[in-house]
Amino acid sequence: MSLAEITLHEAREKLRRREFSAQELTEAVFRRISETEEKLHSYITLSRDTALREAKQADELLRTDTSPHSLLGIPIAVKDNFLTRGIRTTCASKFLENFIPPYDSTTIKKLRAGCAVIIGKTNLDEFAMGSSGENSAFFVTRNPWATDRVPGGSSGGSAAAVAADQCIVGLGTDTGGSIRQPAAFCGVVGLKPTYGRVSRYGIIAFASSMDQVGPITKDVRDCALMLEVIAGYDPADSTSANLPAPQYSASLTGDVKGLRIGIPKEYFVSGIQPAVQQAVREAVRQLERNGATIIDISLPHTEFAVAVYYIVATAEASSNLARYDGMRYGHRASAKDLTETYTSSRAEGFGPEVKRRIMLGTYALSAGYYDAYYLKAQKVRTLIKKDFDEALKCCDAIIAPTAPTTAFKIGEKTQDPLQMYLSDIYTISVNLAGLPALSLPCGFDSEGLPIGMQIIGRHFDESTVLAIAYAYEQSMDWGKRKPDL
Amino acid sequence: MRYETVIGLEVHAQLLTVSKIFCGCSTKFGQAPNENTCPICTGFPGVLPVLNKTVVEFAIRAGLATHCEIARSSRLARKNYFYPDLPKGYQISQYELPICTNGYIDIAVNEIVKRIRLTRIHTEEDAGKNIHDLRSDVSLVDLNRAGIPLLEIVSEPDIRSAEEAGIYLRTLRSILQYLDICDGNMEEGSFRCDANVSVRPEGTTALGTKVELKNLNSFKAVEKAIEFEIRRHVETLSDGGNLVQETRLWDPDREETRSMRTKEFAHDYRYFPDPDLLPVVIYDEWIDEIRATLPELPGSRRARLMSQYDLPAYDAELLTSRKDIADYFESALKIHRNPKAIANWIIGDLFRLLKERKLDEKLYITDWPVQPDNLSAMIALIDQDKISGKIAKKVFDAMSESGRSPQEIIADKGLEQVSDSESIEKSINQVLAAFPKQVSDFRAGNRKIFGFLVGQIMKATQGKANPQKANEILKRKLAEEN
Repeated sequence: MSLAEITLHEAREKLRRREFSAQELTEAVFRRISETEEKLHSYITLSRDTALREAKQADELLRTDTSPHSLLGIPIAVKDNFLTRGIRTTCASKFLENFIPPYDSTTIKKLRAGCAVIIGKTNLDEFAMGSSGENSAFFVTRNPWATDRVPGGSSGGSAAAVAADQCIVGLGTDTGGSIRQPAAFCGVVGLKPTYGRVSRYGIIAFASSMDQVGPITKDVRDCALMLEVIAGYDPADSTSANLPAPQYSASLTGDVKGLRIGIPKEYFVSGIQPAVQQAVREAVRQLERNGATIIDISLPHTEFAVAVYYIVATAEASSNLARYDGMRYGHRASAKDLTETYTSSRAEGFGPEVKRRIMLGTYALSAGYYDAYYLKAQKVRTLIKKDFDEALKCCDAIIAPTAPTTAFKIGEKTQDPLQMYLSDIYTISVNLAGLPALSLPCGFDSEGLPIGMQIIGRHFDESTVLAIAYAYEQSMDWGKRKPDL
Repeated sequence: MRYETVIGLEVHAQLLTVSKIFCGCSTKFGQAPNENTCPICTGFPGVLPVLNKTVVEFAIRAGLATHCEIARSSRLARKNYFYPDLPKGYQISQYELPICTNGYIDIAVNEIVKRIRLTRIHTEEDAGKNIHDLRSDVSLVDLNRAGIPLLEIVSEPDIRSAEEAGIYLRTLRSILQYLDICDGNMEEGSFRCDANVSVRPEGTTALGTKVELKNLNSFKAVEKAIEFEIRRHVETLSDGGNLVQETRLWDPDREETRSMRTKEFAHDYRYFPDPDLLPVVIYDEWIDEIRATLPELPGSRRARLMSQYDLPAYDAELLTSRKDIADYFESALKIHRNPKAIANWIIGDLFRLLKERKLDEKLYITDWPVQPDNLSAMIALIDQDKISGKIAKKVFDAMSESGRSPQEIIADKGLEQVSDSESIEKSINQVLAAFPKQVSDFRAGNRKIFGFLVGQIMKATQGKANPQKANEILKRKLAEEN
């Protein structure tokens, strides 16, 4: 077994007991990357030199310092939309191909304060816009379980890297399912915390009212530990919640007795792959056997979620991406005047999906259409939120499939944006409502592709979500399977 | 046909906060280009705005002073457009839910009070500056100003003439200065104005086609540009022509406006609530707290100057028209309490001097050539008969040149008034001896000659003779030898 297969919580123990050094662990991860990266293409940028230096510092601290640095010596893969001071941050866009940030995002600051080892920056759909990873301006990351399939998106690089042991833990962002769906496709654990739980400062904005940072990990305990590090109020993010972040790992008791779990009927309808439906239903029965109470619930406005999302998210994106104008950083086309500098820089710098969403969003906000699109979408968003509020009065959490299918083939949906958008049908509502949700493996289909199950909780109640996930994980062993690379 | 003018003004006032509206950068004026910038105000990827609480407080102050309703919940919104001085590609402003609405300002037009209603006051961030004339090959961008907080103050179309527009602007500026939230400097751009102007046949109520006037960098520019537009509108309409809704720029050199863009090219700003910022929630307690600390405003200060110092309305109006002038007046009073004399000197000689030296738009007492303590000390010397009013003018001019105290100037130039009877009498005797014809004319009944003789005495004493004493002695002398 490669040292790189280890989990965060195991590595933490063993590093402390000096069974191996942080440098050995980091070397093992880079060895694994060099063995597998040609097949997977998870990373856009590897920061080997700084990583080894950080590992060396970690080893010194392990020798001398007894204070518990949360991530001391842990190799971490970071999605390439987190600003990392001094490390190129591209957001998988030609526009930012050579952009080296002048500052660290709040989450990266916390990783550094925890003495983590940053391995590199992982691939994503350009500006986190996509559900397959295929919208990266540079290359397509492969699913470790079947390299002719997508890893999911947009955090496909981090999910693939975690699944293939190219890191110990990964970081992603989730605006409409971008952590959970790739976690499901790659057979790992991914958590989107409550909107406001983790600072957004220093992640490249896609849709500000939904973007949220979260961990992608090999098991649920790692997920809880990572959340303990990254959660918390940040005065630099006005939308971050001024609430204490609990010790999430303390909620991992394995006990779900008495917990009420809601099953929304709208999430088990035609279009869902039978194997996915079966696996999730079976997982629910397992939790029932463990003592949870299962309740049928309804989220009646579910069918509008995709439409609402693609108005709100694109409207915000059209404005958020206006700063990429070729003036101060990033790509600047050679042009004869100001207007051409704008149009050419953006035409050359952005890929087709980004342009499509900027146009959609610009249209939705335009004079004469604002009320019919943006304003209406916001109203329906409120109804979707209310659906969840109502449902979560009579249950402690909701379980649903993470995605309607397992990982699809590369190129299968690229010609049909609408089909592509529908692969987020189960994750999007959660972002519209701002709730926490976690995806974890709950089986495999006949082709050996992992299936993900989603546990949705109340606002700021990640603890219950993690508790249920942990209990299920303890009773099954899906997560222990490794892809054959 | 006679036309009525309809004017609404939009004022942008830079707020005197220490830091910018959404980041910690300094607002200090005159720094090296792009010195006051950070990733936030230069629109780097990933940055987020955090609202400066003082900006909200200043907006509430302005709202309370202008009788506005203060919204308990308001929102910041994005105004989207591309321009190199706008780093994010949008300006964070307010749209549907501004902080203040439905206020008014009373202005005095020819001694008649007129109420100008305010539609709204909202907060927003300023843009940077594009600089085109420094290099021939490229334009440069200075983002020091980007993110400086502004209040946008929008009036209802209640203004009826260029003159009223000027009075409204001066009154508004004075209020903001009294509130200590804006320095009101039009030249440096910390107090800017756009004017919406239209005309309509007298007696009708429908609004005519309006133009928006920009580049109004002084009170004079505002007034002249509006006058120019009114003339242009009336002439066009009288000739049977049509006006187009457009934005026009004032050219101060050619004293005319010219079209900048017409309605077809108007921006669609695609306003929407900024998802990076929470609604601004204002509690009653905070409003009460701010209300309790509001300073004395121009209206009440005018009334106080009238009652406390027994000043006529005209003087009080002029003295309180700007906070710095009223402050100047009251600080002069601390040295020597002669309110009417101080008021006269300020309104007369000081204003004349400021105008001559083109300092009447300078806003700080320290920029003025004669400081209040010196003016006051000089007036005290007059009241103590140490100098005459005539000599005082010389002393005043000398103070304005050198900034020295009146005592120093008087000592230096030997200007102290001569009050001892003996030396005055000596000079009078000389004058009487030198002008025998005039003396006999006076004695023959030509009383007007008296003034001539006084003038000769003052001339002989280089103006230093105490005029009262000289009068007395001269009268006595002329009577004596009759």
